[in-house]
This record gives sequence, C-alpha cells and structure tokens, in this order.
Amino acid sequence: MQKRLIVNQQLLDIMVMRLCHQLIENHGDFSDSVILGLQPRGKYVAERIQQTLATILGKQVPTGYLDTTFHRDDFRRRETPLTANATKIDFLIEGKKVILVDDVLYTGRSVRAAMDAMIAYGRPANVELLVLIDRLYTRHLPIEATYVGRQVNSLQSQRVLVEWKAQQAPEDNIWLITKTED
Amino acid sequence: MQELSVRHLLGIKDITPQDIQLIFETADNFKDVLNRPIKKVPSLRDITIANVFFENSTRTRLSFELAEKRLSADVINFSSSSSSVKKGETLLDTVNNILAMKVDMIVMRHSSPGAPHFLSRHINANIVNAGDGTHEHPTQALLDSFSIREKYGEVAGKRIVIIGDILHSRVALSNIFALQKLGAEVMVCGPITLLPKYIKELGVKVELDVRKALEWCDVANVLRIQLERQQMKYFPSLREYTLYYGIDKKMLDSLDKEITLMHPGPINRGVELSSDAADSHHSIILNQVENGVAIRMAVLYLLASKTA
Repeated sequence: MQKRLIVNQQLLDIMVMRLCHQLIENHGDFSDSVILGLQPRGKYVAERIQQTLATILGKQVPTGYLDTTFHRDDFRRRETPLTANATKIDFLIEGKKVILVDDVLYTGRSVRAAMDAMIAYGRPANVELLVLIDRLYTRHLPIEATYVGRQVNSLQSQRVLVEWKAQQAPEDNIWLITKTED
Repeated sequence: MQELSVRHLLGIKDITPQDIQLIFETADNFKDVLNRPIKKVPSLRDITIANVFFENSTRTRLSFELAEKRLSADVINFSSSSSSVKKGETLLDTVNNILAMKVDMIVMRHSSPGAPHFLSRHINANIVNAGDGTHEHPTQALLDSFSIREKYGEVAGKRIVIIGDILHSRVALSNIFALQKLGAEVMVCGPITLLPKYIKELGVKVELDVRKALEWCDVANVLRIQLERQQMKYFPSLREYTLYYGIDKKMLDSLDKEITLMHPGPINRGVELSSDAADSHHSIILNQVENGVAIRMAVLYLLASKTA
C-alpha cells in the first residue's frame, strides 16, 4: 500500500476557511440554512465547518448528521450487511436551505442515498452539496458538488482517506492511497 | 462490518450473544426510523416475505407485517384456517408452493415445536420463527430483552423473574436463553404444576411464592395463562390462580423498591395482572409493543443480507 499526502494540515485549514466564506456568500447569516454531515465521515467535516463558521459569524449554525445506510442501493450486493450509524437532526429541515456535507465525492451513490434519507425529515427549500475532495471522472450518477475543496484525478484502484484529529489521527491530513500487489 | 452467525432465526438457543447485540444495535437505528415523519426505508424493496401462520396471532403478525412494510418488502399473508392445509396438504408442500412464487423469506408460526427447524433443512429461503408450539418465540425474547436494556441501560446483572405458566410458554424459554446470554439472573415463579419438571437444569432459580419473587427481582415478566393449551386442570380455578399469583398495584406499592412490569400480551386483565397494575407507571408493556416492530425490522434486515 502506498500513501501519498495530497492535502496537509495547513492546506486543509485554508481549504475549510475558503469553503466557509463561499457558504457565507450564499447563505448570509444562515437564518434559513442548516448543515447535514453524511455519516460516518462527513460528520467530522460538518463539525469542522460549523466550528469555523462560529468563529467567523459568532453564532452556531444548526448542524446534524444523517445516516444513509438503509437508503443505499448496494444492500445485498455486498459480502456483509452495512452497519448503520446514528442520525441526529434536532431541527426542522422543512423549507430550509440544506447543505449536505461529505469528505469525498466519488460515485455519487452515497449522496443519492442521502437525498432519499433526508426527504424523510421534510421538504427542504433547496439542497447543496459541499465536499472536501471531488474525485473526477468517477461518477455513476449525474451528481455534482456545489462547493469543492479540491478536485483530484484518481484511479478506480485508489482511495482517498481524510484523517481528523477528532478521530485520534496525529494531524488533519488527506491522503491518496494506492493498493499495491505484494 | 458485522453480520449474524445464522441464516435463519429459529430460536435464541442457536444465536450468540454477539448476534443479540448486533440485533439490538440495528434495532436502535430502526427505532429512530420509526420516530421520523416518514417511517419507511427502502432497504428490502427487492425482497418478498411470506407470513405463514398456522396458529392464531394478532400482535406478532401485525408487528411482523408492519416491520416488513416499513422496510419496503413485498408481503404476502397466509393463514392455515383459510387455506389448502384444510384439504390435507403437508407443511412442506404448502411452503414449497409459496416459495415457487419466488418468496425470499418465511416468517412462520406453527403449533408444532420444531416445525421451522424441519423446514430449514428442506428449503432455501430464510426462516424466522414467530413461535413454534411451546418451544421458542425468539423475536418476543429479543424485544423483551431490548426493552429491559432500554429501561436500565444494560441487561447484564439485572434480576428478572418470569411469572406464570412456564410449562406452556415459548416466551419463557426464549426469554431464559436470551437473558442468560446477556448476563442477567433469571428466576421462574408459578404454581408447581405449571413449572417444567427439569426447569432447574436451565440454570434458573425457582420460586413458588410470588411476593418473594417480586422482592428479589428488578423486572417481572408476567405471562398469560394459556387456557387454549390446557387440556387438563393445572390449578383449581382462575380465581384461585389470581388469588395466589395475580399481581395488583397494591402489591407493587407495598414493595420497598421500584420494579418494572412486563407482559408479552395479550393480558388477561384481572387474572395474572390487575388493570391498575397493567396501566401503572411500573408497566412498560406498550414500550414492548413499540420495540417489537424495531426488533423485527432489525432481524429481517440482517437476515435479508444472507438470502440465498
């Protein structure tokens, strides 16, 4: 296995700050906007976005996390069943502008499942997607992100790993991992 | 990623404590689904489930059917009273005919102990035992244990007494297996005529005095007197049973601690439980019913990933 660092901690801080300012351009004081992190890894991105917005705006933007397990289309096509994570949305999304947040946009299937899962909580006014990494030319569905941290060219055999200190990693980093034949 | 160690849920005896924990964790998520504005997920939309009931059932059948529909499965219902079984068809022929219609899972209730085990050796579909005679009723035991876990945070170390007709109760046997696998202490209490001869070999305490049992326990799971299974007299009269084993609010209030009351339903009000006890703050009977749907959703979801 080969690991190549594509975004280090300093760059990741800048990237998150830029994404937050882009969000502020479109959402102003966030009075009608909410953030939903996609479980399991989008939760950490959403929390980081919420913290950064709090330092800029001086207010907490309503942030929840959404589990998409039961809405995925690859159930029974996998070796083992998908393990669900908790969903926590303690605010109404009816009529709100929803920002879905995930770490990596790859095939688009998770985002499709997320939109399906989200509708169970109400009908948002509109939905946007924020991702840290957009893997180019890998989409299975016509889904694109509204806000992108960085676009990455990658092979199908490769994987993007986002590490957070909040997950006990030594630093916040983004890696491109290539499986090698041993 | 975890998965169940079994392809069928035939009884609690066949599954591991890890399986039970996995079912509980999955049920936690489904309980969340059941409290959403839209209480439905598309997980089993490519699965067809047959509810094959050779014995009367209201609660279990409704609970399974609701769980199946909440998971978006296609559901067909079969009841023996209005079927060709009456014309002499065998169990295996009946089920094979249902399976020929491309059914993936069978939820079965039967009056003969071991009927789902017999079927599991002959057919390819996943089988969920919804009660086989006086043998096992695994999903009831799972929802009972889940309700205890919900109330106390964990089942391990809790003292649970099962009161009433232990001899004819599949709920009692499945509960004993489940609670012991989860580390609880289990006692049975009832008239000596309604206790199986070798019950102590299951590692449970036996108590004949209901008051002593209530003083010992944290949770009392009160069973229904099953008049339909009693071809002979096990006690002189229902009135006498109520006098010696019936639980009322006055008795609960006289204890020097708070205990939790459970009942698998349907309650014979005024026989094993008085109305004031069944409707008191001690009771989590309606929570059990709510948890039943989440537990059955979890079981069906986890088994569906192991369809042939």
